[in-house]
Parts: sequence; C-alpha cells; structure tokens
Amino acid sequence: MNRWRPIAAILLRHFYLVRGSPARLLPMFAWVTVDILLWGFITRYLSAVAAPGLRFVPSLLGAVLLWDFFTRVMHGVATAFFEDVWARNFLNIFAAPLSIPQYLTGLVLISVATSLMALAVMLVLAGLVFGLSVFAYGAMLAAFLLVLFLFGIALGIIGCALVLRLGPPAEWMVWPIPAILSPFAAVFYPVSTLPRWMQAVSRLLPPSYVFEGMRAIVAGGTVSGGTLLIGAALALGCILLACWLFTRVYRHAVRSGLIARYSAETLS
Amino acid sequence: MPETLSIRQLRKSYGNKTAVDGISFDVGPNEIVGLLGPNGAGKTTTINMVLGVLEPDSGAIHIEGIDLAAHRSLALGRTNFAAVYAPLPGNLTVAQNLRVFGLLYGVRGLTERVSALLEQFDLEPFRDTKCGVLSSGEQTRVALAKAMLNQPRLLLLDEPTASLDPSAARDVRARIRRFATEWGVGVLWTSHNMYEVQEVCDRVLFLSRGRILLEGNPKTLPAEHGLQTLEDLFVAVAREPLSVEQARS
Repeated sequence: MNRWRPIAAILLRHFYLVRGSPARLLPMFAWVTVDILLWGFITRYLSAVAAPGLRFVPSLLGAVLLWDFFTRVMHGVATAFFEDVWARNFLNIFAAPLSIPQYLTGLVLISVATSLMALAVMLVLAGLVFGLSVFAYGAMLAAFLLVLFLFGIALGIIGCALVLRLGPPAEWMVWPIPAILSPFAAVFYPVSTLPRWMQAVSRLLPPSYVFEGMRAIVAGGTVSGGTLLIGAALALGCILLACWLFTRVYRHAVRSGLIARYSAETLS
Repeated sequence: MPETLSIRQLRKSYGNKTAVDGISFDVGPNEIVGLLGPNGAGKTTTINMVLGVLEPDSGAIHIEGIDLAAHRSLALGRTNFAAVYAPLPGNLTVAQNLRVFGLLYGVRGLTERVSALLEQFDLEPFRDTKCGVLSSGEQTRVALAKAMLNQPRLLLLDEPTASLDPSAARDVRARIRRFATEWGVGVLWTSHNMYEVQEVCDRVLFLSRGRILLEGNPKTLPAEHGLQTLEDLFVAVAREPLSVEQARS
C-alpha cells in the first residue's frame, strides 16, 4: 500500500474540518494578530519614552513573533490530535492500517501548514504596521525558525502523549505549556537575568539559544553557530524523546485497552 | 489456502479478571460466524484484539495467513469493521468520512468507490450531510459503508443492526450476506438478536467468561442441547455456563 495515502488522509480530514468551520480557522490568526497588535503598540510606546538607540521593535516585537510561531507549531500538532479525541475517533483511526510514524507525520504536516499561515500573518502585520523587518536577523532567521519549529513539534507530540495516557481531561495541561516555559526560555530578557537554578533549566531549552542569538544580532553582534547548533541538537533530542514517549504511551494504551475505552466513552 | 481469520489460544486479562481465556477458532472465506454470549463474555475484547487496538497477553491472530502482531498494517489492510460504539466523526459529512477512510485504507479508484457505496447503502441524499446529525440508523449505514470501503477479506461487525428498525436490519443482513457470498469475505458477527443470528450466520460460537462453550450450526444447535430456540440456548449459557459445559463434555 502507498505509505503516503494514510498521511494524506490525516491531512484531508483536517482540511475538511477547517474548511467547514470558521471557528477552527479564526484561532489560527486571531491570537497572533492580537499579540502582534498589543506588543506592537507597547514597543511603539517604549521607543517613544526610552533613550534613543534602544531598539525595541526587533528585540521585543521580534521575540513575540518568534515565540508565537513556536506556540502555533506546538498547538498545531496538539489540535490536530485533539480532533480525534473530540470526535471519539480513536477506534476508527487506530484500527485502520495506519502506523504511528504515519499518524505523527500527518499531525506534523498539519502543524507546518497552520503555523506557516500564522507566521505569514504576523510578518505582514508586524512589518506593515510596526516596521519590523525580519531581514534584520539576516540568514539566522531561518535557523531561529527551524529550532523553534523542531521544539514546537516535540512539545506538541509530548502533549498528545499526555492526553493519550491521562485521558481527554488532560487537555487543559497541554495548552499552557508554552506559557509555563516562557520565563525559562528568556524570551524578553537575557538568560543572565535569571537566578542560577532557572539558568540551568534555560540551558536545556532550545528557544533560549534562539532568543539569546536574536538579542545579540539586534545589539549589533553576531551569533555563534556553535551555540545555535546546541539549540538545534537539543530540539532534535526533544523530538526523538517525544516520539519515543508517544510510542511508549500508545503501546501501553494498546496493552491496557485504553484505545478501545476512549471510543467506548461515547456510550456513557 | 489460509483461513480468513485464524485465532489460536488467545488470552487477555485485566488485572485479576480474565476477559478472554485461551480461545481458538477460524473463520473461512464466504463464512459468517456469530460470536455470541452475555455481556462481559469477551466478545468485544476478542474483536478489539483482532482489530489490533488491544494486545493479547498470549496467543496468535492470523488474517489470511498474515500474523497481526508482526505485520499489523498489512493484516489490517485486509480487514474492516463496524461497531455501534464507534460511529464515524460527526463533524464530517458522509462523503468526507468515506473519502478520508478510503485514503486511510489505501482504496484505489476512491471517487467511484465512494459513489458506489453511497448508492448501495441509500446514502446519496445524505452525501453532504454531517454524520452527527444523521439518525442512528443512518449512521449505522454510513459505518457499514465505511466497513465495505476496502472490500475487506475479513469483516468484523459488533452488533451492526442494534439501532436499525426491523426493515432496515433485514436489508442490512441481506447486503452483508450478499457481500460475503460475492466477494468470498469472512465475517465475524456479534449480536444479541438470536433471530438475526439464526438467519444470517453459518456457524456460531457461544462465549462465556472468556471461553468458547459451544460451537455449531445455529439452526441445529438448540435441538442438539434439548432446547427449542437459539434464544433458549443463549439464556442457558448466560445463566448456567458450567452446566452447559458439563453437558457438552
């Protein structure tokens, strides 16, 4: 059997859902638009009252844009998975000739599509309204986005594993994960600002390398390729860990009958 | 030629409770086998294991000779199912659901196949209707259409007519009987409707407490045990499985 067809099925399912429901389309753009507007005006105000030379737009608004991109990637994976939870569709999906790598690939591709749309909206809005030029980050922008993308995918898959293991109510634990990580990721301030124990946590988080690099560029310096490589390696390690965790949780669900019970809840 | 479904010494426990206790049976091509038994007998557990969504503690499942444990996707590609507790997503239309599941099962000529099934199951008027707003009978027909998408070699039906009116149920039975005959499909069918089982099944297996107590032709099995109807036999198995087992041995 063509191994891409089941992946196409997952994508098609999500396309149908989004096309048929504006309520699903709106959140892809609404929250990032609100964030860019809010932080855009904050940076405009700070630029007006602060000493000349401080570049708030590329440091603060750029940080918001990159962090929102990471959040959209993570939520993109999780939302695609939750569609099967909400529709009580596990039995139909997992009794089909669909492998776990194919299923996860489908979720990741959905996230690629939705997060790129959100990124495009943010770039246009931040550029046209607040004058943010992402070209200020140079070629490093691609590296920044890649590291954040990989880490977002990893956290999305970990979120799916959590809900598969703990049941639908665990959904509430998944949404705030980016907010919980943000103080450690040093999105708006240097890692050195944090107390030592938080710095130790920060060094384990790939986004902290991205935001440190972004601030270095804004300050007129350069980013060490080696430092970003550490961030990319950590993100890749997180993806491997996430896939291992999901597979392990899935196997447990198949051994314990959890997959069948997820569906059987429709009877209650 | 291998059996369509071959189950050997299948066992599954949840903690201290044994749900399926070392059962073995076959389903051949063009054969409809009824899996009967009271609630909690192990029917759905058995079906879930054949569907690959529940891992047995021990034993083997082969679908057309393919080991399910070793070649899951290959084996499941030859299988499909419909169950009253697994409706298709209510937020997709009938046609959308059939297209998505058709892709999942790798169906070739999908557009034509979906059109044929919509016609076959009288679903054409509901093509663009979301499944969630269909009546339970209509949803059952959609689930059956999905179960036929890949022209499976093994069809698992868990109470497929439970929410259908007698006329629709008779129609569905006739369709599945015809499908099994024309395509040489093996069907494993669970139902609590003994009239239906007698009408449609070539052979029945009575399960109680995870074990197969009786096996035979549903038309002759009651008389072989001194009872008048299949329902009498069902009640006897449900109430006093031990006495039935002793009488059998």
